[in-house]
Amino acid sequence: MLIVHWRRLVRRRPALVFGLVLVLAFTLVAVLGPSMTAYGPTKTNPRAILEPPSPQFPFGTDKFGRDILTRVVHATRLDLGIAASVALSAFLVGSLIGSLSGYYGGKVDDLMMRVVDVMFAFPAFILAMAITGVLGDSVGNVVIAIATAYVPYFIRLTRSEMLSVRTRQYADAARSVGNPGWRVILIHLIPNALSPALVQVALVFSWAILDAAGLAFLGLGITPPTAEWGVLVSEGAQRIITGEWWVWAFPGTAIVLAAFAFSLIGDGLRDVLAHEERR
Amino acid sequence: MSEPILRVENLVKHFREGPHTIHAVNGISFEIHPGEAVGLVGESGCGKSTTARCIMQLEKPTAGRILFRGQDLASLTPNGLRSQRRHFQMVFQDAEESLNPRLNVRRTLREPLQLHGLYRGEEQLQQAAERVNLEPEHLDRYRHQLSGGQKQRVGVARAIMTQPPLVVLDEPTSSLDMSLRIHMIAMLRRLQRELDMAYLFISHDLSTVRHLCDRVLVMYLGRIVEMGRTEQVFSAPRHVYTRALLSAIPIPDPSVRRERIVLQGETPSPRWIKPGCGLQDRCPLVADECTRPMPFYALGGGHWAACRLAKPESAERALGVAGSM
Amino acid sequence: MSLPLLRVEDLSLTFATDDGFRHVLDRVTFEVHPHEVLGLVGESGSGKTITSLAVMRLLPHSAQVRQGQIWFDGRELLALPEKDMRRLRGSSLAMIFQSPRSALNPLMRIGDQIARAVRTHQRVRGAAARAAAVDLLRHVGVPDAAVRARAYPHQLSGGMAQRALVAIMLACRPRLLIADEPTTGLDVTIQAQIFGLIKDVQAETSATLLLITHDLGVVSEVCQRVAVMYAGQVMEVAPVAELFARACHPYTERLLGSILRVDRSGDLDTTKALSMAGISYETRGCRFANRCPDVMPVCWERRPRPVQVSAGHEVICHKYGGDES
Repeated sequence: MLIVHWRRLVRRRPALVFGLVLVLAFTLVAVLGPSMTAYGPTKTNPRAILEPPSPQFPFGTDKFGRDILTRVVHATRLDLGIAASVALSAFLVGSLIGSLSGYYGGKVDDLMMRVVDVMFAFPAFILAMAITGVLGDSVGNVVIAIATAYVPYFIRLTRSEMLSVRTRQYADAARSVGNPGWRVILIHLIPNALSPALVQVALVFSWAILDAAGLAFLGLGITPPTAEWGVLVSEGAQRIITGEWWVWAFPGTAIVLAAFAFSLIGDGLRDVLAHEERR
Repeated sequence: MSEPILRVENLVKHFREGPHTIHAVNGISFEIHPGEAVGLVGESGCGKSTTARCIMQLEKPTAGRILFRGQDLASLTPNGLRSQRRHFQMVFQDAEESLNPRLNVRRTLREPLQLHGLYRGEEQLQQAAERVNLEPEHLDRYRHQLSGGQKQRVGVARAIMTQPPLVVLDEPTSSLDMSLRIHMIAMLRRLQRELDMAYLFISHDLSTVRHLCDRVLVMYLGRIVEMGRTEQVFSAPRHVYTRALLSAIPIPDPSVRRERIVLQGETPSPRWIKPGCGLQDRCPLVADECTRPMPFYALGGGHWAACRLAKPESAERALGVAGSM
Repeated sequence: MSLPLLRVEDLSLTFATDDGFRHVLDRVTFEVHPHEVLGLVGESGSGKTITSLAVMRLLPHSAQVRQGQIWFDGRELLALPEKDMRRLRGSSLAMIFQSPRSALNPLMRIGDQIARAVRTHQRVRGAAARAAAVDLLRHVGVPDAAVRARAYPHQLSGGMAQRALVAIMLACRPRLLIADEPTTGLDVTIQAQIFGLIKDVQAETSATLLLITHDLGVVSEVCQRVAVMYAGQVMEVAPVAELFARACHPYTERLLGSILRVDRSGDLDTTKALSMAGISYETRGCRFANRCPDVMPVCWERRPRPVQVSAGHEVICHKYGGDES
């Protein structure tokens, strides 16, 4: 869908490339990491409580003697998985609703927009908190909760693109050549209405990481002993005063880096797509 | 004389724009016969593009009928209409905008064949590209990799893929440089002969119409004011608007001196229509009868004009434009 | 022979693009004499608009002048400090752009904009300036001038907006007026009106007019001399009648052969028209070499000096000599 020159990309958009490299690194950790860790994520070790980083425990240990590196690596898989599920499902559901709403218009579209307005009245995190509270604590529920909070973004984006795209001459040309309505929407309109939504996907990835971690930090959604970055940070929070910085610093850095990497990608994508638009 | 391939009967199209009504087309009728090229000319706002869109069923007429090969297009089911579409196609005005930026030329050209079950192989695409003077390498290009003239030719190729007996062309040369224009018109003429097609050629550029069309219809404010064989209308225009229009075009030849008929003011807004001739507020030769509904007067040989100057007893009929073309 | 009011000499200019520098102008040289109308003619990509922007010193940042001089009334413009240039713009040198509505301030009523020009260039203030503005509007043929003066640019039609711009020009009374395709997008009948107006204004104020256009018909009717440009190079300069009767440069001949005339029909002869090959900006010598029917090996190497073919008629083409080496 994107027509891109790779070499030029590195020269012109180093931030985007840096983001991509970071994400790639995280993905590798998420995929290969857990099978390569020396310890289990929940294996306690009473003789190595709250040890600072050392060759044996590169990220140190927590109050149960668990290796933090192992826990961070396992959490990477979980967090990236959550973020991916959230971004993908919000994108699919939201874009479909938005496209149809924009193309057909009328009363259904008006109703949909009012629903979206109501949802936008709440900050995404609050909405996710509320939904998690109702559904209960589990990874699946966290995904549902956060994804629901972001669906309205996609609905609005694709709807407004669809409004602009459906009056283009190539839509007329597609109709006059003999395309039935559904083909005009699916093959001609939607692919051209998705660019802003793609940018949003990257951003939602970033926000979902922060939201999942935030929820877990507050004790919602994912709870200890599951290894999740937010859980790890909340365990480390108690250690801020007592000085065992490694308990919160490593998972905290992971959260920040991951969210940052995705938002770099989102910004970079926006620039690339804006540049393409100008052709 | 064979059956007309297209017959437009009393076509009316009004648009709502907030509290106003835009009277884009106000009752026009004409026919196109197989294999003939008919030009529809007029300035901006005269309703020619709207007429094209109604014929192509991209808009629903407010009143009137469009008959393709004798069949009322409005009476067809959506599926029926779609299958008829392989017989009438359109070349759009904005060549760039009419191409989907995500599809390359190959897919754009293949689509009409696939939709109508006519796809036999890639040779059809290569043949089409050759017909419009495109190179095989252009087939794999995307819209942003094509020049203006190339995009226009892709639009033409797409329209002729199903070899339709009728092609509607909406200002296909307006955005082209002079040198490209003559080649495009020559190509369109050749294609017409090769594929035995009828054209409805819409343009504000009368020079191109003169070199491509057999008959011409002149539109003003949603009505046809004059129609006839190209030669007749251009060399002996009768309606004051046609005369003013022709005399306004600058001739690239300093040795030619003509008298210009100047119309006062500007084209009135299509928000309001008055009975009578649309030119009544601007015409230097306006009379009382021009404010009442104006019929067509026959000038012989299929030449008609809706102007009092076309009446047989009109004394001013003899007045031609000095240095008549 | 009076001194030229404007002399562009050896002007070369590049644009920074994604793939390096494009040499959009190559040693462009021409003169405009006081009180005359010179047409700068070329197709898209010929560099005519960029040349006029260079004269006005309104080039975009990505453009860089590589060499050359622009003499206006004895002063060299490219070396002038910006504040002196600003004083010249509007009062001595003025430009009408292609899109009149974008040249007008959308937030000011047109009467006020004209009044402001009047205040700046004539010793009139307040109510007297506003009255003068309405007078000017009337003078340029705007009906109901007093009412129209209170309109905002978006409420005007294209023709009206262009007239408003001409009114501003009249208030400024520039010595040199550059008009860049002033009737783009306007209907033919309005175009005729606007050119009539521009000619009247030019005669009335004895201004000098540099008219940029691609329309040879307009050149024939409005201009006294013509400079033909192609791909950033000047090909031929001649009085209008001379150019049409005895064009020398192969590009000019072919350009004239590409015209479809509205006052003549007949077979389309594409053999006398320009070929469809693309423009090349990279050739060291003459940039028309890749499309020229009379090309010689030396044409690819270097350009000749201008050769005087007859009174006031210069050609830059190896066919006519001019090669010193």
